[in-house]
Amino acid sequence: MLLGVYGLLSASFFVAMDAVDVAFTEASVGAGISTILMLTTIAITGRSELASHYRPTLALILVLIIGGLLIYGTMDMPYFGFAEAPANLHVSPRYIHDSMQEIGVPNLVTAVLASYRGFDTFGEVVVIFTAGVGVVVLLGLPGRRDENDAEIELINTSMHEQHLVVRIVSKVLIPFILLFAFYVQFHGDFGPGGGFQAGVIFASAIILYALLFGLSTARRIINQPLVQLLSGVGVLVYGSVGLVSMLNGGNFLDYSVLSSDPIAGQHLGILLIELGVGCTVASVMVIIFFKFADRKEALHYKPRETK
Amino acid sequence: MLIGLYNYWVVVALMMTGFYIVIAQGNLIKKIAGLIIFQTSVFIFYISVGKVDGATAPIVGDGFSQYSNPLPHVLILTAIVVGIATTALGLALIVRIREAYGSIEEDEIQKKDDQAC
Amino acid sequence: MLAHLPILQVVLPLLAAPSCLIMRRPKLVWLFTLIVSSIAFLISVALLQQVMESGPISYELGGWEQPWGIEYRIDELSAFLLLIVSAVSTVVLLAAHTSIQAEIAEDSQMMFYVLYLLSLTGMLGIISTGDVFNVFVFLEISSLSAYALIAMGDGRRALWASYQYLIMGTIGATFILIAIGLMYQMTGTLNMEDLSRRLPDVAHTRTMYAAYVFFVVGVCLKMALFPLHLWLPNAYSYAPSIVTAFFAATSTKVALYLLIRFTFSVFDFSFSFSTLPLQPVFLVLGFLGIFVASTAAIYQKNLKHLFAYSSVAQIGYMIVGYSIATSAGLMATLLHLFNHSLMKSALFLALAAVMYRLSSVQLSCLQGMGRQMPLTMAAIVVGGASLIGVPLTIGFVSKWFLVMAAIENGLWPVAVLVLLGSLLAIVYVWRVVEVAYFMEPMPGKDPVKEAPWSILVPVWLLVAANVYFGVDTRLSVQIAQAAADSLFGVSP
Repeated sequence: MLLGVYGLLSASFFVAMDAVDVAFTEASVGAGISTILMLTTIAITGRSELASHYRPTLALILVLIIGGLLIYGTMDMPYFGFAEAPANLHVSPRYIHDSMQEIGVPNLVTAVLASYRGFDTFGEVVVIFTAGVGVVVLLGLPGRRDENDAEIELINTSMHEQHLVVRIVSKVLIPFILLFAFYVQFHGDFGPGGGFQAGVIFASAIILYALLFGLSTARRIINQPLVQLLSGVGVLVYGSVGLVSMLNGGNFLDYSVLSSDPIAGQHLGILLIELGVGCTVASVMVIIFFKFADRKEALHYKPRETK
Repeated sequence: MLIGLYNYWVVVALMMTGFYIVIAQGNLIKKIAGLIIFQTSVFIFYISVGKVDGATAPIVGDGFSQYSNPLPHVLILTAIVVGIATTALGLALIVRIREAYGSIEEDEIQKKDDQAC
Repeated sequence: MLAHLPILQVVLPLLAAPSCLIMRRPKLVWLFTLIVSSIAFLISVALLQQVMESGPISYELGGWEQPWGIEYRIDELSAFLLLIVSAVSTVVLLAAHTSIQAEIAEDSQMMFYVLYLLSLTGMLGIISTGDVFNVFVFLEISSLSAYALIAMGDGRRALWASYQYLIMGTIGATFILIAIGLMYQMTGTLNMEDLSRRLPDVAHTRTMYAAYVFFVVGVCLKMALFPLHLWLPNAYSYAPSIVTAFFAATSTKVALYLLIRFTFSVFDFSFSFSTLPLQPVFLVLGFLGIFVASTAAIYQKNLKHLFAYSSVAQIGYMIVGYSIATSAGLMATLLHLFNHSLMKSALFLALAAVMYRLSSVQLSCLQGMGRQMPLTMAAIVVGGASLIGVPLTIGFVSKWFLVMAAIENGLWPVAVLVLLGSLLAIVYVWRVVEVAYFMEPMPGKDPVKEAPWSILVPVWLLVAANVYFGVDTRLSVQIAQAAADSLFGVSP
């Protein structure tokens, strides 16, 4: 819980420092996804904890060395907010001054993210994909445990009748959240947002649905193997944009050659890759959530079966 | 004169906290929490680097002439994603470890492993 | 298409990974993975040829010139590493289907290949890129897939080993991230070539010292340099045998590559070695690693543990060569990097064969195996001889060059210590030989057959390479020399 607050706090910290895009992401990830995962894990593993602070002195010494080194390193740093700092003078001025002519996207972060450093973002999508595959491998594959679905459903419905108001309110809310996700997805060129944030929001709508209407209901709507496939499709979409630009005579991920007009090509490229990002991120988040939730459920209902 | 560096020192303090939790804590979940704090402090550091006094968020609009540096923002967006990916994988491992060992305390697990040898 | 080879090298396995999801049958996925890896190998051969003939290749991603965009840069060193990684990956994959079928549940097998390809992609990406932040991204791809792959291994210990690796690896990666941030802050650029141009101006600042220290510590964690090696033995021992064979030959090497790349191409060489006491620190750590890890290897009961500790020791040799800080020393390091990849992949793949027949790699289970599995055991003997440095094997070649480089610089003690380290290797290799050939099989145990051909063929391919490159050293020495010279700025 505290971690969620921490996530929100650091998000506001980012806003204070003009990093709206980062703040957006941190808010949805730090306060949203990672908190949910954290809580689920704690629920699965139990709250009990041993007070085992062993080798604290060694750790303290290490930490002090690291901290000391960092403080030492800060001594020669340019001051915070200093406009003439080398980081603000060398590469970034081109992004700020020329990207409107070269790419034509007002949100500079999107321009750099999707085009100038598009390959990093490709890597990022692959990282998320890797995590999704890793979690699937660790927490089991789909379709192996649905024998006691009916029983679970029974318990779920009895449990959820108590939260009628919440259910109705969120039933109304969920379409709006989905709509907002699409807005964020396609509006990333102009305001803060983009594929990643949209994906997370989209996933959270589904997670909210699952939390309120029970996993089995959600599981019936969300076809897990299909979602898994979709997580790969996102990566493939991103990659094929790169391959197509290569076939059109440009370098990998050079969107300018996608259309006769370079600016239009850039727009098209950014739109497509953001779609790929959103697709992979949303499906991986959904998969990860379902895997954790499945584990929790299995744990929860096992004792009853044995009785 | 050192006032100009205060932001970095806050970051260093956060970093030390997170790092301490990672190496000193015996509870596996808390280790991951420490890791998150550790990583977030690095994110704040990057964003601090890109901040320009008197500038606005890097979205081109009328009436603004100075923008903060967008590059660190991009890097950190990527790094956040990497962070959540690591967290998810780490927590999944913890779930499995708990199932296999019945514990999520480092020294208990180590003990069980040593016994089994 | 030829101009796009640098990016195809990385993107091909990358895109192949999600494509695997469409296929259902493990055998089909395996074939597909094998083909992709072979193509990657062919590309790396073409790249190496191109680089040796006409110098470094630069490829601008997205068509943006550096430092604004991300640049791929292949020089002699990276082409050499690309070749090693993709070659080992391909040969190891040959045996994968048989071994994996015995060790991993049927429905996880497809995911295994997906992760394997991702891990390969990550390593190739780290080696090819000329952008420091891109290094971080691909480092994480390779690490995340590595954690998952190791966790697929043998029982709950694999989970625990993977978790420990995850914590250590993430700390290492975050340290590297801090270093990149500090470097960016002082120079405003992320491109390696651009950094090397702009860093000398700020080389005297305390920020740069901090950046360098953070980088070195982070990389040494990934490289498992003594005393930061604690994650490695367990991770290697409990991972699936194929994964161990692949990682033992590649992953620590990629970290070593990063260290070399940053000290020579990003930071100025004189900065790395003269402003910081890198040489004595690394020499001491390298030798401590050799002696402590070799001694630990002698006492291991589990064969995978034994050879994992030996890996830590071998990293020590590479670091020793590196800290001699001459072209000859670096060349010895690179040669040993190549040779050690061949030795360890042969040895661990042979262990995969043992695992396949005996379902265990405890030393005691090997009793009498010299007669029951003659080809597998012979492979282990040749690999072991190579580890010791017996003439006519590749181990001899790299130790020879290492000792020569030390003597050339008047570092006699180094030369003597390297030879002493080899004596320890004799002890732990001999233990294996003794059990396998001079002990009677355990009574009451059914005799086992020789390992299947699908594992034996790749094992013997690697063993043959161990001997071939030990006799005919022209190719490996020439490439290693060219790579070392190019880093020191000597024109060949």
